[in-house]
Amino acid sequence: MFKDITLGQYYPADSVLHRLDPRTKFVGTLAFIIAIFVFHTIPGYLVATVFLGSVILLSRIPPKIIFKGLKGVFMLLLVTLLFNLLLTPGEPLMQLGFLRITREGLTMAGKMAIRLIYLVTGSSIMTLTTTPNQLTNAMESLMRPLKRIHVPVHEISMMMSIALRFIPILMEETDKIMKAQIARGADFESGGLIQKVKNMIPLLVPLFISAFRRANDLAMAMEARCYHGGENRTQMKPLRYDMRDYIAYGILGGFLLVAVIMRVLS
Amino acid sequence: MGIIKALKLGFNYLKYDDDGKVEETRRAIDDVNLDIEAGEFIAILGHNGSGKSTLAKHMNALLTPTEGALWVEGINTKEEPELWKIRQKAGMVFQNPDNQIIASVVEEDVGFGPENMGVPTQKIWARVGEALGKTGMSTYHAHSPNRLSGGQKQRVAIAGIMAMRPKCIILDEPTAMLDPIGRREVLEAVEELRRSEGVTVILITHYMEEVIRADRVYVMDSGRIVMTGTPREIFSQVDTLRHYRLDVPQVTLLAYELKKAGVNVPDGILTMDELVNALLPETPEKAFTAESITTSAPDETAAAVNMTAERRD
Repeated sequence: MFKDITLGQYYPADSVLHRLDPRTKFVGTLAFIIAIFVFHTIPGYLVATVFLGSVILLSRIPPKIIFKGLKGVFMLLLVTLLFNLLLTPGEPLMQLGFLRITREGLTMAGKMAIRLIYLVTGSSIMTLTTTPNQLTNAMESLMRPLKRIHVPVHEISMMMSIALRFIPILMEETDKIMKAQIARGADFESGGLIQKVKNMIPLLVPLFISAFRRANDLAMAMEARCYHGGENRTQMKPLRYDMRDYIAYGILGGFLLVAVIMRVLS
Repeated sequence: MGIIKALKLGFNYLKYDDDGKVEETRRAIDDVNLDIEAGEFIAILGHNGSGKSTLAKHMNALLTPTEGALWVEGINTKEEPELWKIRQKAGMVFQNPDNQIIASVVEEDVGFGPENMGVPTQKIWARVGEALGKTGMSTYHAHSPNRLSGGQKQRVAIAGIMAMRPKCIILDEPTAMLDPIGRREVLEAVEELRRSEGVTVILITHYMEEVIRADRVYVMDSGRIVMTGTPREIFSQVDTLRHYRLDVPQVTLLAYELKKAGVNVPDGILTMDELVNALLPETPEKAFTAESITTSAPDETAAAVNMTAERRD
């Protein structure tokens, strides 16, 4: 049942965006998010829309799948909109009892909606075109300067990639334990919230024991294969910037520059 | 001096109480002497808790001896400060295939060992390709390990060790969690490596059928080596093996029971062909093969199965 779960939500396709270095995509997403908060006029949002639209076209991912990511944040979007709409002071447009909608509130809500939607869409394009492992690699590489202040960068990224490998295994195990306990008469369905939490104990105890056992085995297997930390370690798939990455950085730089210029001029 | 040599090896497991004081010591290995030559196929047999896995962990310095010493290619495991240099010579494959695969893609997992050893990128790819080819897993190089069968996962684990180019490969019950097909796949892969690469193989198991092709068999019981010899020598001592709570292969058992019942059969029969030929001495020019009897005499094999079935739990 859990066999087909994909972490993150990588969508395999053959596009320029898929082939970009994960670091480029990561930095690019950050730059895009900064840009949409720098833009604050309608022409600015038009530029952002054109940019986002062309990225979506380049990614060769069906737009339906990209916008699926918005479903998850729909409630958040709604609440943000309402608060902005109702709680921004300014020139009143409408009065409904104690509720007042102002002109400033309306524009603010509009801006927030555009920003949130663009933010979620932009970052889901990154996760759709990059495998979780590539992302981990990118983070390790981008965080490397932090090593100087003794942040265990290699260890963090190793932990992340091992977690990614074991999540499906532990999910399957959870499923197995659950079925085994149900067969022994355990009840995971009925009762109130507290009762339900209590019912989880026969599931969690074996799961934790097994997870620790696996961790122990894995540590031994890693040692047996000469793992001795990040020192003197080489990489099988080192990240290397290509021509297209430099071009992408160029485009991103230009996009950010446009955002700043438009902000300064208006 | 052989590739792995142990002299008066002893090891205690210590159990600590809450204050960090030793509460209990359990002797896991007791006075073990070994001398394994390069290129040999060694099998170590023993029932659960006989100390065979503990001994295996000494061979690549995951554990170091409490008493005595163990040398891997002349390096004393107690004295080498950089243990990974020993582990590079003696690779180890473990029982649970899931718990020894580190990466989420087959080829990356095979590359994990060489990465740790600091092999340059280009050479890692060459090693990975070669190791996957030798274990017959090339077509799965870009797969996720989660979608492979147990036997395939275990072959990936073997490839991961082979990519480190060890002199010696230690397999700690590699087939215990596999189905019969997976077991055959794994054993064939090991056999192939031994033939083409000449690596020393140390197979730890409690499946008797797997040790027939070994050059030498060690039988362990409560931390000691109690029997040594070729598979034929070992399996001709059915009673002694039973005393150490071990089974013999079904054919060997059948031959043994037949001999006890008065049939003239030699000791230490290992394969079905041998038994058939021993039972039909009057037609030596027409040596029978196992295939020719499986259809004509199903009762005989069924009898062997029934006989051993009672003893297997």
